[in-house]
Amino acid sequence: MRSINRRAGAALLCLAATAGLVSCGGSDSAGGKTTLDYWLWDDRQLPAYKECATAFEKANPDITVKITQTAWDQYWQNLTTQLASGEAPDVWTNQSTYYPQFAANGQLLDVQPLVDRDKVDLSGFQAGLADTWVKDGKRYGLPKDWDTMGLVYNTAHFEKQGVSAAELADLTWNPQDGGTLEQAIAKATVDAEGRNGLDPDFDKKHVKTYGFLPEWADGGHGQNGWGPLAASIGFQYLDKNPWGTHYNYDDPKLAATIDWFKHLIDKGYAPRFDKSSDVANSELITAGKGAMTIVGSWTISMFTDPKVKEKFAFAPLPAGPEGRKSSINGLADSIWAGTEHKEEAWKWVKFLASPECQKSVGKHAVVFPAQKAGTEEALAAHKAQGRDVTAFTDAAASKDGTFLLPVTEHGTEINPLVQDAVQSVILGQTGAESALKSVNDKVNGLFK
Amino acid sequence: MGANTAVAPPHKSNGIRTGEAAGPEKPRRPRDDRKAAWLFLAPVLVGFALFYAYPTLRGVYYSLTDYNMLAPPNFTGAENYQQLIGDEQFWNALRVTGYYVVLNIGSQILLALILATLMHRLTRSVALRALLLVPWLVPNVTVGLVWLWLLDANLGFVNHMLDALGMETTSFFNSPSLAMPTVALVNTWAYTGYTALLLYAGMLQVPQHLYESASLDGAGEWRMFSRITLPLLRPVLALVLVVSLIGSFQIFDTIAVTTKGGPVSATRVIYYYIYEQAFTQFHMGYASAIAVVLALLLGVLTAVQMRLLRASRSDLA
Repeated sequence: MRSINRRAGAALLCLAATAGLVSCGGSDSAGGKTTLDYWLWDDRQLPAYKECATAFEKANPDITVKITQTAWDQYWQNLTTQLASGEAPDVWTNQSTYYPQFAANGQLLDVQPLVDRDKVDLSGFQAGLADTWVKDGKRYGLPKDWDTMGLVYNTAHFEKQGVSAAELADLTWNPQDGGTLEQAIAKATVDAEGRNGLDPDFDKKHVKTYGFLPEWADGGHGQNGWGPLAASIGFQYLDKNPWGTHYNYDDPKLAATIDWFKHLIDKGYAPRFDKSSDVANSELITAGKGAMTIVGSWTISMFTDPKVKEKFAFAPLPAGPEGRKSSINGLADSIWAGTEHKEEAWKWVKFLASPECQKSVGKHAVVFPAQKAGTEEALAAHKAQGRDVTAFTDAAASKDGTFLLPVTEHGTEINPLVQDAVQSVILGQTGAESALKSVNDKVNGLFK
Repeated sequence: MGANTAVAPPHKSNGIRTGEAAGPEKPRRPRDDRKAAWLFLAPVLVGFALFYAYPTLRGVYYSLTDYNMLAPPNFTGAENYQQLIGDEQFWNALRVTGYYVVLNIGSQILLALILATLMHRLTRSVALRALLLVPWLVPNVTVGLVWLWLLDANLGFVNHMLDALGMETTSFFNSPSLAMPTVALVNTWAYTGYTALLLYAGMLQVPQHLYESASLDGAGEWRMFSRITLPLLRPVLALVLVVSLIGSFQIFDTIAVTTKGGPVSATRVIYYYIYEQAFTQFHMGYASAIAVVLALLLGVLTAVQMRLLRASRSDLA
């Protein structure tokens, strides 16, 4: 720990020196202390970033970093109100659905000139992450982490139903018969009498454990369900991602995917939406109410927590006709265009994106840092704890195995539209094809 | 005493005419009374201007712009209002809000009337009256959360009971047909006690001798309720209706903590829609336009009800 700090400190001294040289000309710092406001939403990541801030402050005694953590549900609202009143944080954690709006309204600082000036090396990041934050040659943030998707399952439950870990690690899926994924789910669904989903007497009205728990509050990307599965049969959200202007929600492949989920519910293998709990899937599955679901790598520690009674393991997403496809999504740290401490904020962002900080974040094993070196630290930390998280890292590393979540204008408007359409199909109010066709027209209408 | 006379003029003119009203009455009063009146009124006026008048005007202005909170607003004229006419979500929001109001007010007034009558005719226990108020004292967000847990499909007590009785469990807040009635009844639960207390107070004003003579004439409880209590309660009932109707239109917090407008749009009431437009989609201009329309609608509704109220006030005499 100490050696990391020392190395970070040394690196920072260099940075500070270069920055100092540049800002010698017109520096407005009157020798006083600068306080930078920094925002993030994940409470489990807070300790990791606090550690980075401490290292940063040690190397820059004239800068203090004040970290504010707000839950996701209030984060964007608070941020927008702060922006509207001209009191926004100097630096905040940004997300790809939300940032286009801020960029379009001139709220984000273009850091490309600073990247060029300080010759920041962007090659250390996982492929594709840094480019998400570039529009028309302007760069609106430096990547901090990434996430991919995988299956999480209750190991004892599947073992009891005669499905081995090896089978689960190599599942297939297609929308016609659901592949071996549907077989595994059927076997894992158990009714009150202990019969599984393949038993002819299976009672779908009294299911004790559902084989699969789908997520329906999933916006316009379906990251925790229909998104990756539809991608594995060749569905693409957009004509061009990032910055496309035409969505393809009317693709029959997407309709077929949603229909398959509906079929899963009709069979009794997944809870009906109008009879499902309001508690998060992660809570239900840890309470033994479900056997399997699709989760993102940022939730790993929820399932591996020693306090959780059931034992869980992770498996790669099933392979569709087009192979295994996982979304890859990353967060970035962005600087507010209106900050009074541009140089200091840039120093902090540069440090957050540096291998030093990201390696120390990686050691906490709560998230996969964007720097490859940081990811390795996280992997090693997981391994040391006896957890196998290769399902997520393999997904990120596989060629053509990932796709970007949509990054376009109007993201916050598209989310509720598509989510409502998908829910209406799942509730049986409308057919998948017509609902998706109509919502696609609405979505594309936003770009006219 | 001085304060009393100072406030008198606006009272006498019934709030319709203000400053000038003192004109004809001038000879009867010392001049400095009016100055004192303004002095006493000043804090309220400043508060009103600052927190009501100015935001309202600003809201009306924003409704004519494309304000998104991040960039300075551009004037767009009636564009937001034109969009509103064709916005099916807006009409849906009005429809579900109306549905909510009917369910909520209907059940609330009916239950409150029953409770108030029981309190009036059966028992006058103060402890009981206090108990009735307890749900009303709980903050709405807490009420929403408590019921969210009680009614949860997997972990909720209500579904455990249903299951134990051999009935099918269900998700009250996730079912398109049950979500709105559930929200409405949760709020009925929270507010009935308060409404019942208001009605009970109204019933106490009914002269006791009417009941005595009615019972001497051999009238039963139901007959006394329908012939004495209900007709004489009308002004109070009308007042309660106005107040709770406007309150009911403002349904927001219970929705925000339970259904969040879902499933699909079954509980996306007007206030929640405004909130979503303003703070999750950043269409502050459009949200302001909806708010202006809602204010007008509520104004009309109140005017209609005030007329009803005044009609029944003459009834009392």
